[in-house]
Amino acid sequence: MRGLQARAGTPKGTLTIRRGRFSARTSVRSVTTIAVISAGVVALMVWATTLGSYAISPAELWGLVEGTAPQRVHTVVVEWRLPRIVAAVVFGIALGISGAVFQSLTRNPLGSPDIIGFASGAYTGVVVTLLLGATGYAARGAGALIGGLLTALAVYLLAFRRGIQGFRLIIIGIALSAFLDGINTWFTAKVDVDLALHAAVWGAGSLGAVNWTSVGIGSAVLAVLLVAAPEAQRRMRRLELGDDAAAALGVPVEPTKLALILIGVAATALVTAAAGPIAFIALAAPQIARRLTGQGASVDLAGSAAVGAALLLGADLIALHAVPGVPLPTGAVTICIGGGYLVWLLVRESRRERSTA
Amino acid sequence: MSRLSAEGLTAGYDDRTVLSGLDLQIPDGELTVIVGPNACGKSTLLRSMARLLQPASGRIVLDGQDIRRWPTKEVARRVGLLPQSSVAPEGITVADLVARGRYPHQSLLSGWSTEDERAVNEAMTATDITSLAARHVDELSGGQRQRVWIAMVLAQQTPLILLDEPTTFLDIAHQLEVLDLVAALRSEGRTVVAVLHEINMAARYATHLIAMRSGAVVAQGPPADILTEGLVHEVFGVRARIIPDPDTGHPVVLPRSPTPGAP
Ligand SMILES: Nc1ncnc2c1ncn2[C@@H]1O[C@H](COP(=O)(O)OP(=O)(O)O)[C@@H](O)[C@H]1O
Ligand SMILES: [Mg+2]
Repeated sequence: MRGLQARAGTPKGTLTIRRGRFSARTSVRSVTTIAVISAGVVALMVWATTLGSYAISPAELWGLVEGTAPQRVHTVVVEWRLPRIVAAVVFGIALGISGAVFQSLTRNPLGSPDIIGFASGAYTGVVVTLLLGATGYAARGAGALIGGLLTALAVYLLAFRRGIQGFRLIIIGIALSAFLDGINTWFTAKVDVDLALHAAVWGAGSLGAVNWTSVGIGSAVLAVLLVAAPEAQRRMRRLELGDDAAAALGVPVEPTKLALILIGVAATALVTAAAGPIAFIALAAPQIARRLTGQGASVDLAGSAAVGAALLLGADLIALHAVPGVPLPTGAVTICIGGGYLVWLLVRESRRERSTA
Repeated sequence: MSRLSAEGLTAGYDDRTVLSGLDLQIPDGELTVIVGPNACGKSTLLRSMARLLQPASGRIVLDGQDIRRWPTKEVARRVGLLPQSSVAPEGITVADLVARGRYPHQSLLSGWSTEDERAVNEAMTATDITSLAARHVDELSGGQRQRVWIAMVLAQQTPLILLDEPTTFLDIAHQLEVLDLVAALRSEGRTVVAVLHEINMAARYATHLIAMRSGAVVAQGPPADILTEGLVHEVFGVRARIIPDPDTGHPVVLPRSPTPGAP
């Protein structure tokens, strides 16, 4: 392959890619893993278009590609199923990136967008929207966005003291989230059942209400974040060595932290506005990716994005098809799958550590 | 001549002043060792000289101009700093950690160049860690780990290197191992500044010694010239006798307990 070579003299398992002025170094295992997961996601997407009460055969699917399929197939696949499938992938990527950014920033494997209080604030935003009498999908999304962003801003400002320290961020995020959760619970208990139910349905998190518009907006925001991702990754790798070491290497520490928080919040926001809170993907994806790619060292944006997409797409398929005719909230399934897998991994790892110790 | 100096440097944290009006020149091509009691401002001085801390007044001059006027990456190509506390991410390999020192020489597009590779290999050879390249940093001994961190700073290929307590927490054999390496860096023509805790190690390895107390420089010069019983008392508040090392002639500090009759 031209321009793609594993160089002698570099550590084993390292791959250096050169093409003209561009070059990059990565590990063979990490590239292979991400390629395999991505291929799996594409295969899952294709399969997902055929699932459901209207069975679509592979031949009909191929007809769609060639433009010879009947209108019925077009409606079912392109208008009904595809927005939700694409949303699962786009939102999964976003959540994977968001989790990776916050875990790197806090140097904590349990870091997640929740530490900046976004989810609780978004819920409060939806609650306020409902109290104001707006129950539409767009209004709820806007309410979630405003509530989440204001909370994130408040956490950032309260945590800022001569700079942002991961630990302070976690403490203040938890405190403010707990406060808002209290308000949310109080609301659910006090208002009329209809409104409380509206809020609860939103709070379960589901891809059921997405359409091409919300997927399009989400994809556009994600595209901007993806442009910033390579530079973010480079700087995250240095910040992981400590603020002083990163600064000595020429990384502008505080502006970089702010930019990373903005990326993480934007990635969560684009999902929450369209689908409500989808739990656990952001927490589990970076850790699962870390183990699969063998990048023991640090969270990896590309790997987390790939795993995030696979997790959310898989979870949503289960949510839709596990119980025929009864769609479950996607958020409930992600908690079970992501949580279960993470627990299994941690248990396996602690066993192995004990046996080698 | 001096490429790096402090002029009337006042620096600290919030409203707490640590260094006030400090003037200092780091002599080129020397191994400068800074000693002084805990919390006297040694790290604050090093952090200021690497532009990690903005002075409240005065300035740090790097290669003839205020360090604040250099672009961030340009400072990082000239001055390398090993901070007192750095964290190796869990599970990181030696080669990966050393490679991260190349940041100021890379851009997003240029990625990983042959030059980066050469610099990393040279840094690992100089610190004698080539055989450890694939090992995890967490698994190494304290001395090996410290050599890996120094290799990361070397990969940065800066003519000026600042090391904040590179030997603290190391046993005597590992201290010697690291300090021999530091002395070798200097004899290859680099300017090295190290903060050391162990006064006798400082006396033995420094070609230029700076003694600090309460944010001010008390004395500076070749150890044999400035290291006196009076200075040790003034800086550390400890009575001591100083004798020449029978083998090398370097001054050796023998502390004396203030309690009469104590050993
Ligand atoms: N990040 C910081 N924030 C507030 N005070 C600090 C900070 N770092 C150091 N100090 C204070 O500044 C003084 C000098 O510290 P430092 O330069 O680290 O001393 P040394 O390195 O000589 O032990 C100490 O009193 C210390 O408590
Ligand atoms: Mg110190």
